[in-house]
Amino acid sequence: MSALPSALSGGLGRRLILLAVVLLAVIWMSPLLWVFAASWKPNAVLMVRTDHLLSPPFTLKNYQNLVGTSSLLRWIANSAIVSLGQTALVLVLASLAGYGFARTRFPGKRWVFGFVLAGLAVPEQAILIPLHHLFAGLALHNTYTALILPRLAAPFGVYLMTQYFRAIPRELEEAALLDSASRPKIFLRIILPLSLPAQATLAIFTFLTAWNDYLWPLVSATRPEMYTLTVGLASTQTNFAQSEGIGFLMAQAVFAGLPIFIVYLFFQKYIVAAVSGTTVG
Amino acid sequence: MATSQSIIAPEAIAPAARGGARLTELPAPGEGRWTNGLFVLPFLVVYLLLLVIPLVYGWWLSLHDADLLSGTREFVGLGNYVELWRDPIFLGTVRNTFVFVVMTTPAFVILGLALALALNRPGRLAAALRATFFGASVLSVTVVTLVWRLVMMPDLGLFANLWRKLGGGPVQPLSIEGVSLAVVAVVTIWWIIGFPMMLFLAGLQQIPAELYEAAALDNAGRWRTFVAITLPSLRRTVALVIAIEVVLQFQLFGQAWLLTLGGPNNSSRPIVQFIYEKGFREWRLGYSAAAAQVLFALMLLGVAVQMWIVRRREAA
Repeated sequence: MSALPSALSGGLGRRLILLAVVLLAVIWMSPLLWVFAASWKPNAVLMVRTDHLLSPPFTLKNYQNLVGTSSLLRWIANSAIVSLGQTALVLVLASLAGYGFARTRFPGKRWVFGFVLAGLAVPEQAILIPLHHLFAGLALHNTYTALILPRLAAPFGVYLMTQYFRAIPRELEEAALLDSASRPKIFLRIILPLSLPAQATLAIFTFLTAWNDYLWPLVSATRPEMYTLTVGLASTQTNFAQSEGIGFLMAQAVFAGLPIFIVYLFFQKYIVAAVSGTTVG
Repeated sequence: MATSQSIIAPEAIAPAARGGARLTELPAPGEGRWTNGLFVLPFLVVYLLLLVIPLVYGWWLSLHDADLLSGTREFVGLGNYVELWRDPIFLGTVRNTFVFVVMTTPAFVILGLALALALNRPGRLAAALRATFFGASVLSVTVVTLVWRLVMMPDLGLFANLWRKLGGGPVQPLSIEGVSLAVVAVVTIWWIIGFPMMLFLAGLQQIPAELYEAAALDNAGRWRTFVAITLPSLRRTVALVIAIEVVLQFQLFGQAWLLTLGGPNNSSRPIVQFIYEKGFREWRLGYSAAAAQVLFALMLLGVAVQMWIVRRREAA
């Protein structure tokens, strides 16, 4: 498919390629569609066969069990608190630092900036053990603080905001400086409003990363009531065989995927722009 | 908070103006320069406390036999690294991780590029298809693995259904040595193929239309246009995708841990799972920290080799 042989030139070739991609898309979606369809079937039926999902009987029981017995809602709330908190704090820290690096002068700036950029190379696994040990020493595990804090140190946001602030025309700032506006005032009134597209990109990145984070919450949150959605959902998977039934697991997969999927549907344009490295103006 | 000044001191502007290009960093009149550092300070404090200090502490730990269960902590120098070098399980995880990176990265480049080429067109259908392929990557690793464990269920899963229709007998791909890691790779590709696809789409958008017009004037066929214009223009994007994927896939953990627990017979256990198990199941902090430093070094090496190849190609 990557090859576009010249024999297939013109409209026909394009249509054939598109057809192939449509077929591939159907294959791509089939696991999700199958799980979605199965989640509405009675467990007794699923224990026997899992094809013929589109004919009755249907049931809501799997979802009722889910809301009644599991902590899924609590975990979704935990994930929301952690992701939103992390996003807000990253935006504040990265915007301030980005402005400082891009638009001001202070002793040792270049050295400090290089020092911060070097952190981009550090994978989270390299600091996992020491970080866990430090938080244990402060008795912070199983708190929102512990779940939110570690990722605030990632330099990506600072890098992104610095690049963005550098591209803002400096005339805007000079005019304000000549009007004797203070630095904080310039930052809040002029620079920050202009940087909203970059803020949106960074917010989306941070939120998605935080929502889907698995390794750190896995080692930090050990009490079920402090699990994030990813960890909580995983904890129910370990006893796969003895679980409450296939229907329940199907409903759980759908329910757990739903919040982020809704976010995706609403912000699709911005999410796509964010990952493509461009920003929507 | 906003302290306005009534007088502009010309000499405060002059030095910066003399610098010409350095106008960006024009200091405000009478503004103490060190105070500008306050913008950076909050992040810097967090960065030092939660990244730099843990990193250094990790190096220090990796030189110690620090065991939480027995309560020992003694300096062993490079002892942990020597032990890793002799640990067949660790070496197995390094091999598995390499195999996984080698299985997934080319797929991300080739399939991602193919999808981007096919879907780099206006219209609702193409937009819907782009959204379809990208959609799965917003799901968390645990949702993805739950879906795929259901798909791969023995006898009742979607895969078993299809396999039966094709005339196959009972099969559990996740419990076959040599196959389970490939399944983990397939699930990973299924999960985040949308990401390289979007990067390639962005790259395609940046190719100047004039290049294609020139090719059309030369009556170049589509294949020739692709080889002569599209591919060379995408060289940087290809390098970017490879770098991102190598770094990301080296960190394989959730998919393997939740789909196979690293099995059967350790055949799909990645380095990060080794770090996790030594650190958080056996509580051998020093040994685990040492394994993490090896992973860090391997990732740096991977990126360095890749950059070296790109540079050499560009120089050639």
